[in-house]
Amino acid sequence: MDMILLAVDWALVLEKTLFIGFIISISLVVAMYATYGERKIAAFIQDRLGPNRAGPFGLLQPLADGLKLFMKEEIIPTSSNKVLFILGPSLAMITAMLTSAVIPWGDKVELFGRTISLQIADVNIGILYVFGILSLGVYGIMIGAWASNNKFSLMGGLRAASQIISYELAMGISLIALLMITGSLSLGEMVKQQQEGLWNVIVQPLGFFIFLVCAFAECNRTPFDLAEAENELIGGYHAEFSSMKLGFYLFAEYINMFISSAVMATLYFGGYDIIPFYDESAWGFSTNIMALLGAAALFVKILFFIFLFMWVRWTIPRFRYDQLMNLGWKGLIPLSLFNMIVTAAVILFLKK
Amino acid sequence: MDITQILFWFLSILAVFGALMMVTSKNPVYSVLWLIVVFFAISGHYILLNAQFLAVVNIIVYAGAIMVLFLFVIMLMNLNAETEPQKNKWLKIAGVIAGGSLMLVFIAALRHSNELIKTQVSMGGEAGLIKTLGKTLFTDYVLPFEISSVLFLSAMVGAVVIGKKGD
Repeated sequence: MDMILLAVDWALVLEKTLFIGFIISISLVVAMYATYGERKIAAFIQDRLGPNRAGPFGLLQPLADGLKLFMKEEIIPTSSNKVLFILGPSLAMITAMLTSAVIPWGDKVELFGRTISLQIADVNIGILYVFGILSLGVYGIMIGAWASNNKFSLMGGLRAASQIISYELAMGISLIALLMITGSLSLGEMVKQQQEGLWNVIVQPLGFFIFLVCAFAECNRTPFDLAEAENELIGGYHAEFSSMKLGFYLFAEYINMFISSAVMATLYFGGYDIIPFYDESAWGFSTNIMALLGAAALFVKILFFIFLFMWVRWTIPRFRYDQLMNLGWKGLIPLSLFNMIVTAAVILFLKK
Repeated sequence: MDITQILFWFLSILAVFGALMMVTSKNPVYSVLWLIVVFFAISGHYILLNAQFLAVVNIIVYAGAIMVLFLFVIMLMNLNAETEPQKNKWLKIAGVIAGGSLMLVFIAALRHSNELIKTQVSMGGEAGLIKTLGKTLFTDYVLPFEISSVLFLSAMVGAVVIGKKGD
């Protein structure tokens, strides 16, 4: 076994492990405070105060909520399938986290004489990886819903799954238009192109809009949150879950929101590019400071998208189910096909 | 043994174990889940061969789309261990023979796989990367590629026609 251990670059393993841990804790903290943000924004929109008892401005509220979820009684219904009942929320959480591996969180950092890339894995099929994980997100919901052995849960799970599958198509087609422009599937490469040229949202406004709508649907957010329509389905797919298993489902939703905001910022809004139409290297800062500034810029964009998610949730009412399917299949798919064909025609015309 | 070999054995054992569990599980939902495990193991093999595109497409298409539909059907019909009908003995034997013949065909086809390794090496180990794949598909194999896409389209039209029946 000694021979094997020698063959590994331990510094790289350590570096990646630390970075993965860092990204996961950041995602968790952002998701935690996204719940606080959601309640504050809801309160603001509805002219209320929102949580303001725990700590200054209610800032400790997420900790109190988390503690409450942990301390609640863990109930596993007798008629449920126990293995799958536990597997469901775990899968939801894992798939929510996996996507963060290919997102470029910033440029390179130089520490202790090593150049560290602020991206866990720069695979050359990054965007397909995001897509693959997205299509796996269904399992957590479906397995949990079925294992509850409750008809309302099952209905919620089936709604969620069919909705995610339907909107994935339009999302994929809108991405094809983007890929024809960038000519690369690597997210790191896409950000570099946007740093030098235009942000993709300027060349692909319709594509971005379709992607945004589909992202709302994929995250099960209002106006597409029929999977947890409480007045039709009691609580939706997590009706039977209690304690931290319920917490995992709710948490996974907020992590999904965070990650899809990051993907949108990376694909269409230049990722860690700070100012469009401007070469930031003219400022003459060192590499490390530039990388930190870039990461901060990415975070500002992500927070804006999270705010957008919440803004829409507290402004627009929920769709009816047939409206949702009509929008997906008869509205967004033809629109994204049109966008794809126009993009292809323009590219061919310009290259002649 | 180096890391690649360890991974290869791990993935192979996982794939075979998953396949066995898939066939022997009484509960159809477990079968579907084990099949997904098998797909992941196979995708891992693709990554070991540096065929990242195939690996991800395998996940997206099979694990992400087709298996979800399987799960859909099984969950909606509420099939479980109790409702599983006792299968005919002859049916089981026929299944074994059919599966065995398929295995024979595979072994016969892969007996000469050494030559495939040579082509992979001559391309610098990059035969499975998306650039190489795209170029080959759109230059050497344009006609088969387009014909298969027409086939898919006709299948889609067929599905719509069947779905429209009864309106």
